[in-house]
Amino acid sequence: MSHKNNKFALLTAATGLALATTAAAQAATLEDTRAQGVVQCGVSDGLPGFSSPNDQGEWQGIDVDVCRAVAAAVFGDSEAVRYVPLNAVERFTALQSGEVDVLSRNTTWTTTRDTTLGLNFTGVTFYDGIGFLVNKDLGLSSAKELDGAAICVQAGTTTELNVADYFRANGMQFDPIVFDTSEQTVGGFQAGRCDVLTSDTSQLAALRIQLENPDSAVVLPEVISKEPLGPVVRQGDDQWFNIVKWSLFAMLNAEEMGISSDNVDDMLSSDNPDIARLLGQDGNYGEAMGLEADWAYNIISQVGNYGQVFDRNVGMDSPLQIERGINELWTNGGIHYAPPVR
Amino acid sequence: MSVPSKAPLRRPKPPFWRDPAKRALTFQILLMIGVAIFLLGIVNNTQDNLAARGITTGFGFLTNTAGFGIVQSLIDYSSESSYGRTFLVGLLNTLIVSALGVLAATIIGFVVGIARLSPNWLIARLATCYIEIFRNIPLLLQIFFWYFAVLRTMPSARESMSLGEVIFLNVRGLYLPEPQFLSGFGLIPAAFVIAVVASIAFALWNKRRQEATGKRLPAGWISLALILGLPLLVLLVTGVPVTWDVPALSGFNFRGGITVIPEFLALWLALSIYTASFIAEIVRSGIQAISHGQTEAAQALSLPQGLILRLVIVPQAMRVIIPPLTSQYLNLIKNSSLATAIGYPDLVSVFAGTTLNQTGQAIEVIAMTMAVYLTISLLVSTFMNWFNARVALVER
Repeated sequence: MSHKNNKFALLTAATGLALATTAAAQAATLEDTRAQGVVQCGVSDGLPGFSSPNDQGEWQGIDVDVCRAVAAAVFGDSEAVRYVPLNAVERFTALQSGEVDVLSRNTTWTTTRDTTLGLNFTGVTFYDGIGFLVNKDLGLSSAKELDGAAICVQAGTTTELNVADYFRANGMQFDPIVFDTSEQTVGGFQAGRCDVLTSDTSQLAALRIQLENPDSAVVLPEVISKEPLGPVVRQGDDQWFNIVKWSLFAMLNAEEMGISSDNVDDMLSSDNPDIARLLGQDGNYGEAMGLEADWAYNIISQVGNYGQVFDRNVGMDSPLQIERGINELWTNGGIHYAPPVR
Repeated sequence: MSVPSKAPLRRPKPPFWRDPAKRALTFQILLMIGVAIFLLGIVNNTQDNLAARGITTGFGFLTNTAGFGIVQSLIDYSSESSYGRTFLVGLLNTLIVSALGVLAATIIGFVVGIARLSPNWLIARLATCYIEIFRNIPLLLQIFFWYFAVLRTMPSARESMSLGEVIFLNVRGLYLPEPQFLSGFGLIPAAFVIAVVASIAFALWNKRRQEATGKRLPAGWISLALILGLPLLVLLVTGVPVTWDVPALSGFNFRGGITVIPEFLALWLALSIYTASFIAEIVRSGIQAISHGQTEAAQALSLPQGLILRLVIVPQAMRVIIPPLTSQYLNLIKNSSLATAIGYPDLVSVFAGTTLNQTGQAIEVIAMTMAVYLTISLLVSTFMNWFNARVALVER
């Protein structure tokens, strides 16, 4: 009898310990990441320009480059990333449960998400807003003419809420046709299940080029909401929060200082004190984050500065052809503004 | 006769650890306590961890404004409704597709199951083909087939197929005219109720008359005529107080009438056809479980074929059919959660999908959703157990 009880007590204790240690372990994401040898990064299930696999099966996009920047800062190797494709409904649970260390998946920063989910947004990689894609032959010129339309939208997104708000505010009716993945929403739009495809305008550009005949559809001029997209980490690990936050700031600062992946080696000998501090030639700004002094150098040499990342993935060097617009640096009339390295 | 002394019979009571019954009880109590402590530990641990990570908990979110739209709702719903309301909308959408699915699957299943036993070679083979095809293709693929291969290829709203310009079918769904009842229509349901009461009374009288005299009237046909005829008569006498709201194309879409969305059609067809193939086999096996001697005995009593089926075969077959039929009904209800794959707004899609993601309260939402399926399944199984007990062979 006592033998039996001992076993049971052991089992209870072991399970309790297992459950308890997971909580403690998640407080030190950097050590865990080092132990695994990769950064586990939650990305979308295929959104060109933001995160999608190319024809060689390598992940590409502006969100993917954020993951690569974090890996470059942590390991000095931008390829040390394990990508976990997540749909909109899965993403926060995956991050909360520790399946991923960073969520870099065109996720809108909102109060609810920042305060009630036990998560923190580290910054903004892309300033976006919701738009409408419609068939050209409907002859529409404004979103105000959409009363009564059937609208394809992805489940669990802020789009679902913002579209409902917009139609209510304008006294219009609509039928929401809700799908789990953005691929399904495109399918529904092409089959004529809905008149309108709605999402962030950047995504609409990406989804439009996936259509069989991209010229048959137009994006209406209205942008009906603010959608700041950024990386997300778990709350309560300030060190990891800082690493992800400053990986993005390093790319923005690099563009502002004119450092790119092409000239970063020359810049190592620069006399500019800002550049010397960023590249680790003057002081060690990585140390307090648990990183090496050359953390920013690794990001810039392997991933590039923000402008390079933008142009390559969503800007003029990409099929999406999105204008920089408000995504320019503050020095060029945009709103990207990174704090100084000092 | 002397009273025997009880003293020699009384053995010393063994200590409780030597008494197998008491020992077993002790272990069971200890195990229960252990399990309770374990579960309590899990709940506490979860609460502590959620609190430590700053994740909001509790059911307060149910009264917050949902802020998103739902395409099919049986009750009033707008984006200003609460999350609690989205739960109800999703629940009702699950219930309606399950109820209609159970109904259709039962009808198709019984017809195909009986057809499989038909002496007609062609009918029996057709039924076999039906069963073997639909039973062996995964349900999810069948849902995709109906949704993507059939309903997605329908014409656009402007080129809808129509039946007499009142029923329309296009890629947006099926549009039916909706009856609008005018004043005076209340008499028709009243007539219906009177007819039903009258046919019950007639059936009782007929039975008593049969027991007394051995003569019986065809009660089924007379009741049917009464139940259909009386309301119809009243309808004609009152001058048909119904108008039809016929759907018409306006703007993007058809307006008016009843809209059956293609997601519903696809899910309903797939669930009914898939489950029916299993029910057909259950019905066939139930009928074949009755020994042929029963039929022969009934024939020897010179009962007509219809009465043999109704009075001898079916009552005995039902007790074989009902237990596995219950599992099929439960399967159908639970399988309806595949709705989320094609965007039908059922409980899983609306509540455990959108609501979960907008509020982030996974534990509460999933617990509520699981509780719903558990409750529905337990209710169905209780009802079917009751029904089973009624049709079970009463052994005397």
